[in-house]
Amino acid sequence: MSKTQKHPREPLIHITKRTNLSVKSGIIVRAVAVLAALVVCAIVTKVLTGDNPFSIFATVFHGAFGKGRALVTVHDVAILLCISLAVTPAFKMRFWNIGAEGQVLMGCLATAVCMFTLGGKISDALLVLIMVICAVLTGVVWGVIPALFKAYWNTNETLFTLMMNYVAIQLIEFFLKVADKSGSNVVGPDLLSHGWLPDLFGVKYILNIAVVALITLAIYIYLRYSKHGYEISVVGESENTARYIGVNVKKVIIRTMALSGAICGIAGLLLVGGSSHSIDANLADGRGFTAIMVSWLAKFNPLYMILTSFMLVFLARGADEVTSKFGLNSDFADILTGIILFFIIGCEFFIQYQIHFNFHREKSPKEKER
Amino acid sequence: MDKSVAIELKNITKTFGSVCANKNVCLTARRGEILAILGENGSGKTTLMNMISGIYFPDSGSIFVNGEEVVIRSPKDAFDLKIGMIHQHFKLVDLFTATENIILGLKEEKGFNIKRSAARITEITDLYGFELEPNKKIYDMSVSEKQTVEIVKVLYRGADILILDEPTAVLTPQETEKLFNVLRRMRDDGKAIIIITHKLNEVMEISDRVAVLRKGEYIATLDTDKTTENELTEMMVGKKVNLNITRTEPKNSEVRLEVNNLDCMNRDGIKLLDNVSFDVKSGEILGVAGIAGSGQRELLEAIAGLQRFQSGDVLYHNPNTGDVESLRDKTPIQIRELGVRLSFVPEDRLGMGLIGNMDIVDNMMLRSYRKGKTMFLQRKEPKDLAEHIINDLQVVTPSSATPVRRLSGGNIQKVLVGREIASSPTVLMAAYPVRGLDVNSSYTIYNLLNKQKEKGVAVIFVGEDLDVLIELCDRILVIANGRIAGIVDGRTAVKEEIGMLMTKNGRGEENE
Repeated sequence: MSKTQKHPREPLIHITKRTNLSVKSGIIVRAVAVLAALVVCAIVTKVLTGDNPFSIFATVFHGAFGKGRALVTVHDVAILLCISLAVTPAFKMRFWNIGAEGQVLMGCLATAVCMFTLGGKISDALLVLIMVICAVLTGVVWGVIPALFKAYWNTNETLFTLMMNYVAIQLIEFFLKVADKSGSNVVGPDLLSHGWLPDLFGVKYILNIAVVALITLAIYIYLRYSKHGYEISVVGESENTARYIGVNVKKVIIRTMALSGAICGIAGLLLVGGSSHSIDANLADGRGFTAIMVSWLAKFNPLYMILTSFMLVFLARGADEVTSKFGLNSDFADILTGIILFFIIGCEFFIQYQIHFNFHREKSPKEKER
Repeated sequence: MDKSVAIELKNITKTFGSVCANKNVCLTARRGEILAILGENGSGKTTLMNMISGIYFPDSGSIFVNGEEVVIRSPKDAFDLKIGMIHQHFKLVDLFTATENIILGLKEEKGFNIKRSAARITEITDLYGFELEPNKKIYDMSVSEKQTVEIVKVLYRGADILILDEPTAVLTPQETEKLFNVLRRMRDDGKAIIIITHKLNEVMEISDRVAVLRKGEYIATLDTDKTTENELTEMMVGKKVNLNITRTEPKNSEVRLEVNNLDCMNRDGIKLLDNVSFDVKSGEILGVAGIAGSGQRELLEAIAGLQRFQSGDVLYHNPNTGDVESLRDKTPIQIRELGVRLSFVPEDRLGMGLIGNMDIVDNMMLRSYRKGKTMFLQRKEPKDLAEHIINDLQVVTPSSATPVRRLSGGNIQKVLVGREIASSPTVLMAAYPVRGLDVNSSYTIYNLLNKQKEKGVAVIFVGEDLDVLIELCDRILVIANGRIAGIVDGRTAVKEEIGMLMTKNGRGEENE
C-alpha cells in the first residue's frame, strides 16, 4: 500500500483557530503588517520607478498633512466616516446595503434641487431647514425601497441597492441638463449660490466635521445601548431567534434601512451644502463603496471606524500627491494603496488563526527508540 | 474466526488550543468484533475517530493498521487503508439516486456503468441484509435509508474497518434493531466495527468489547459480557450516578392548554399537522414521541405563535382569572400581553433559543429587553438573572460576559432552560432538551422539568429517548406524520407499543 511509508512524516504546517488573543498582541500583529507593507512598497517602488522610496513615503505624508491640507484631509475623513456610519446598522443586521453611493447622491440631488429652485426666493435659514428635510427624506426613500422588497418578498438586497445607484446617477444627469442649459456636466456654485451651510467659528468645514462627530457618537450609543440596536443585532445574528422572541423582523429591516438612508442623505447634504456647493454625477466619488471597507475593517464599531476611515483617506490623498509630484502614472499610487490594504486585511488571518510548524518534532518517538 | 488486530492506537494525543481533546489514548479494534466507544459528550470520542479517518491529525502518538505504522493525513489516506467512517450528519446529494451517491468521486477503471455499479450494490446489500433500492433518489428516503446509503458507500469502497458515529441517534427502535442485525452480519463477515455512542443499553446489546473515554482520557476497555450498565456509567462519568428519575403523582390537575383540531400546512400545501387535538394539564409532564420531523416542531411553534395554522384552535385556561383565551393568529408578543406565561425551549438552541455570539447577559435580555419606558436597554436585571442562573444551575463559564457559543452543550442548555423557567411559566414546552447532553446534564434537566411540574406547570416534553419518556412523563402523546397516533399512559406504556405507534402511517391512505 502506497501510503504506508517507512518513515512516517507529519504535515509540516497545521493551522488552528486562536481562542484568545490579547489586545496587545493584536496590535503588534497589525503593526508588523503595516511595517511589512511599507517594506514591500519600498521594494516595488525602487524596482519599478527607481525613485527613492523614502522620499515617496514623505510625499504621502505631505500629501495628507502638508500645509493647508490637514483640514481637507480631516473633512474627507468626516464625509467617508459619515457614509460608513450610515451603512453600519444595516450591516450589523446582515443587510448588505451596497447602495450607499446612490443614497448619498440622492441626498446631494435633493439639496441641490432645493438650492437651485428656492435659492434667493426665501430666507437662507428657511432654505437650509428645507434642504435638511429634503435630503434626509430622499435618502430615506432610497434606502427604504430595497428594504420593503427585502422584507415582504425577500429580494436580494445587494443587487437591488446596487441597481438603485445607477438610477440615482441618471437622475442627477437629468438634473444637470435641466439646471445648466450650457450642457456642462457640473452645476457649480454660481447656480447654487444660496443655502450654503455656515462656517462655524469662521473656519471652513468645521460644521461638517462637528455634525459627523455627533453622528458617530449617536450611532455608537444607538447600536450599543438602545433597544433598537439590540434588535438589529438579534435580527442580524439569527432571524429565527428574532421571530422566537417576537421581534417584528420586517419592521426592524425597514426601520434600520430608513436610518441608513437618512444618514446617507445627511452626507449628501454636507457634500453639496457644506463643502462643494456644486453637484455632478461623480460627487460621491465611490465613497459609498469605500465605506463598506471602512465599516468591515472596523468590525462595525463606530469608534474604530474613525481610524479606518482616516487610514483609507490618508492613503488616497497621499497617493494622489505621489502621482503628481513624481510624475507617475496614477495607477502606481493604486498599486501602493493596494499593497498596504492587502497586508492590513491579510493580517486578520494571523489574528484569527495560529500556525504551527512541526520543525521541532522532526524526530518522532519511533526514531528515538531506534 | 479470525480475531486479528485491525487497528491499534498508541498514546494518541490531540489538543485544540488549550483544550485537550484526547490524551494518551490507546485502543485496539479487532476483526470480527464490534467495539463500542463510550463516553459523554465532549469526552473526545468523535475527535479520536476523526483522527483515524483522516480529518484531524494527532499531535502525537501512532496508529497501526494491520500491525504496520501508518500516517493518515487525509480522508483519502483512510480510504486507502480501508477505513470508512459514517458520520452523524449525512453527506449525500439529495437529487441523486443511491447508486449515484455511492459511486460519486470514485475512479472506476473500466469507466462508469451505473448498471454494473447497481448490481454490485445489490450484492453488498444482499450479503449483509440491508434494505436499499439502488435507484431511489435520496430525497425520497427516510433517515434510516439515507444511513444505509452511507454505510453501503464505505463498503462499496472496500472498507473493512467501519466507524459509525452515533448511528442510532436518528432511528426508531425498530430501525435500530435492523441496523444492529446488519452490523452483526458484517462482524461475522470479519469486519472490524467501531461504534461511537453514549447510550448504555445499546452498548450492552451490540458490542463485544467497550472502550470508555472520559474527558479526553482513555479509562479502560472491557468485555461487554463481563460488565454492567452501572459500572460503565461510573467509569464514564467518574462517579456514581443515580439513573432513576423520580416521578411524582400529578397534583391539582386541571386543563391548562387545549389544542383542538389543529391543521397546519406548509407553503407547498403539504400537511405538517393533521387534525391534532389534545390537552395538557397543570402539574403533569406530557411527553411527545415520534420520529424526527413528524410535526413535533410545528406543533410547538403553532402553540408558541410562531407557526400559522389553517384551522383549529389553541385555548389557554388562565389559572388566575379563569378565562379561556384563544392563541390563534397571535404573535408571541400578543400572547405574552394576554398574560399567558408560556415558555419555550426550542430544539435549535443556538439558532433559535439563544444567540451564540452574544454573552449570557445579552441572551437573558432576549426575553426581557423591552422592559422599561426609555429607548435604552437595562442591563442590570438581566445581569443579575445571569449570575443567578450560573450559580443555581452550576453553569461552567468564565463569566457572564462569555459568548454562549463558547460553552459546552450542557451549559448552553442550562442557560436556555434557566432563562425560560425564570419567568415562572404556567406552560413550559421543551423540544429535545437533552439532545447531545451528557448524563449529568441530562439528569439536571429532568430534575428541572420535574420541579416545574411540582410547581403546577403544564410541561410538554418532546423527546427522542423512549426509555426516558417512559420514565419521566405522565402521559405520552405519539405523533406520526403530523397526526396523533395515540396517547398512552407513561406508567404502563412499553417501548415496543410506542415504537409501533410512531411508525403508524396515517398519511399514505388519506392524502394520495
